[in-house]
Amino acid sequence: MIRTIEDLYNLHEDYKKAMTREKMKILVCAGTGCVSSGSLKVYEALKKIIQEKKLLVDIDLMEDGKEGVNVSPSGCHGFCEMGPLVRIEPQGFFYVRVSESDVPEIIEKTVENNEVVERLLYRNPETGETYRTEESIPFYSKQKRVVLEHCGKINPENIKEYITYGGYQAMAKSFRMTPEEVCQVVLKAKLRGRGGGGFPAGIKWDSVRKEQADQKYVVCNGDEGDPGAFMDRSIMEGDPHRVIEGMIIAGYASGATKGYIYVRAEYPLAVKRLQKAIQQAREFGLLGENILDSGFDFDIKISKGAGAFVCGEGSALTASIEGNRGMPRTRPPRTVQKGLFQKPTVLNNVETFANVPLIILYGADNYLKIGTKDSPGTKAFALTGNIVNTGLIEVPMGTTLREVIYEIGGGIPQGKKLKAVQIGGPSGGCLTSEHLDLPMDFDSLDSAGAMIGSGGLVVMDEDTCMVEVARFFMDFTQKESCGKCVPCREGTKKMLEILEKIIAGDATMEDIKLLEELAETVKDGSLCGLGKTASNPVLTTLRYFRDEYIAHVKDKKCPAGVCQAFKTYYIDPEVCKGCSKCVRVCPNNAISGEIKKPFSIDAEKCIKCGACVSVCPFNAVKEG
Amino acid sequence: MMAAKQDFKRSFQRVNEIIEAHGRSPVELISILQEVQEEYRYLPEEILNYIATAMRISPSKVFGVATFYENFSLEPKGKYVIKVCDGTACHVRKSTALLNALKKKLGLKEGQETTQDLMFTLETVSCLGACGLAPVMVINDEVYGKVTPEKAEKIIDEIIKEEGGRGNDQDH
Repeated sequence: MIRTIEDLYNLHEDYKKAMTREKMKILVCAGTGCVSSGSLKVYEALKKIIQEKKLLVDIDLMEDGKEGVNVSPSGCHGFCEMGPLVRIEPQGFFYVRVSESDVPEIIEKTVENNEVVERLLYRNPETGETYRTEESIPFYSKQKRVVLEHCGKINPENIKEYITYGGYQAMAKSFRMTPEEVCQVVLKAKLRGRGGGGFPAGIKWDSVRKEQADQKYVVCNGDEGDPGAFMDRSIMEGDPHRVIEGMIIAGYASGATKGYIYVRAEYPLAVKRLQKAIQQAREFGLLGENILDSGFDFDIKISKGAGAFVCGEGSALTASIEGNRGMPRTRPPRTVQKGLFQKPTVLNNVETFANVPLIILYGADNYLKIGTKDSPGTKAFALTGNIVNTGLIEVPMGTTLREVIYEIGGGIPQGKKLKAVQIGGPSGGCLTSEHLDLPMDFDSLDSAGAMIGSGGLVVMDEDTCMVEVARFFMDFTQKESCGKCVPCREGTKKMLEILEKIIAGDATMEDIKLLEELAETVKDGSLCGLGKTASNPVLTTLRYFRDEYIAHVKDKKCPAGVCQAFKTYYIDPEVCKGCSKCVRVCPNNAISGEIKKPFSIDAEKCIKCGACVSVCPFNAVKEG
Repeated sequence: MMAAKQDFKRSFQRVNEIIEAHGRSPVELISILQEVQEEYRYLPEEILNYIATAMRISPSKVFGVATFYENFSLEPKGKYVIKVCDGTACHVRKSTALLNALKKKLGLKEGQETTQDLMFTLETVSCLGACGLAPVMVINDEVYGKVTPEKAEKIIDEIIKEEGGRGNDQDH
């Protein structure tokens, strides 16, 4: 139990001293990605051998004063594709795609002889160059990891490690300031909401602080629903105490004594880690009554989502915590006046809270040095799709798309051309190669018709059909529409129908006109952010790829060769051996011929299902 | 008949325990439904009615919440719930082919989600947040990354083998 601010600093010193007995630290990534690649087996195997060799040390066993090796699970490094990942301190060796069978070699070479295991290092797929440390890999060397600084480097399930690295000191520092001063620092640092809107957090906090109420709340939005985004998951899994610390500071600054973290049901590991972290924080006296003798009480509860995308919207989220259908409401009143349980509420997302300790600890001026003038700080992005290095990255605001895609992401696989980048999920928009040098910050993206959103970046190469992409997102928003307001409920359905018509080759130019009109109506007429932004994928693809829409409608062609309706299948008589396998799988009896002679497809009967393509042992069925 | 009646009694007892653990608070309705569903793999209609009565809230409120959220099911689900991710990253990396292969493997007709023997339920989910490993699927709580149709079929075969072949599952 830590009772005072002094206690916290003393404990920090004690832990730091105890950590010096760790002559080596082996961190095995235990994020969702690496776990599914088998990292826990690697962890168990490493731990077992180290234990047998009586080398194991742990911060929890610091009394015995023994020196040795610590084996610990860690949060996500963001390089999920290369998992399971193992990092070795202090050398910083970084091993990728480690399996259980590699463990004896790691023990023999690295643990016992301080040598690197060359074959487990990351190898640049193009140059063949290997990199000894995590920081030297191009994927990381261009990043600036300040919010994610602990992810992959500490054990997220042990509060002592967080304290060792200076954890909860920002909270302690804020307790020596007045709530108003804390709000001022956050205002001065221009911290903007990382959940998409980019609204200044300091204004929210200060508004709640000024409200008179018997109860105020702090709510953390961990309902990261955008497909292709996993920044918040990684922070909750990899550094849960940081989120908790940010929330406590927000509570102190705004006068709220109760906090809720709303986590989507698809993130069971994040829920588990947060639960454990809250439990530990309570045991250490960092949550509860009179925290560090400041006179301030604060506690946090986790609320688990039940699978509704719309609950990422503020008023829907609070409705869901209250046990209701998660449907947005009209505003005003704003959340800062009447939020959760009709009380003044600070609502920010996970990444925003994770920025707070940094700002308080090092001051607003230092924070303003990172990023751009009006969007200071960094932003975490989830880089996915047709890109060499998929994963979680953190870069200063204002970094260009080119740097992210080509320098960090390693470019497009197989030398293909970049066609578009979908930013901000279904609410965002697409950017094209002409935007490669656009700085990524709230305002620049807004002017390009896109938005940072939560930070999903899906890269699409030349083989992607943009009409199909628009259909995919519309299908998503249509399914996720809560049904409360008509423009969103009916509009998204109609837009989806038109997009499907275009893809099927049945649309006219009138349909495109109607689609555009509908998109504007849904944008203007919807109640909440989900509806207002539902048209963005349609509007931006129409803006940048109108010729593709026209090709589908007028020329009855899909320029990317994706849409089934415009495909024709034929059998290459030179290659066909007449085995008749295709005849047997064809559901519409469109293929005929004699055994051992080339077969042919009746284009009239063919329904373009592609079954013959997948079954042909000679690759004789071609698409045209 | 006797056996069925006893089952019912036991059901309500467990539901009562869950409601009590949450202090009968209507605010806790979603958590209560989540725990009840964990117990029964779905939300039987009579239990929803029972919850409404026990918590003194209207059945329409309970049904409203139960039908709003995608994670709740009013239909029985299979012992193994397979969720294929169809988020953007997985979609770009061909999750549709994976889904079709699984449908075929499990013999599911269009619109059918659960196999006749209540062994498997096949669903899509919008994003599991494991995009680095796309395409991804989850069976109960286990995450499988970079799943090809062939790999998926093998995983299903292994489960069937473990269960001692199809159609022998009696314990639910």
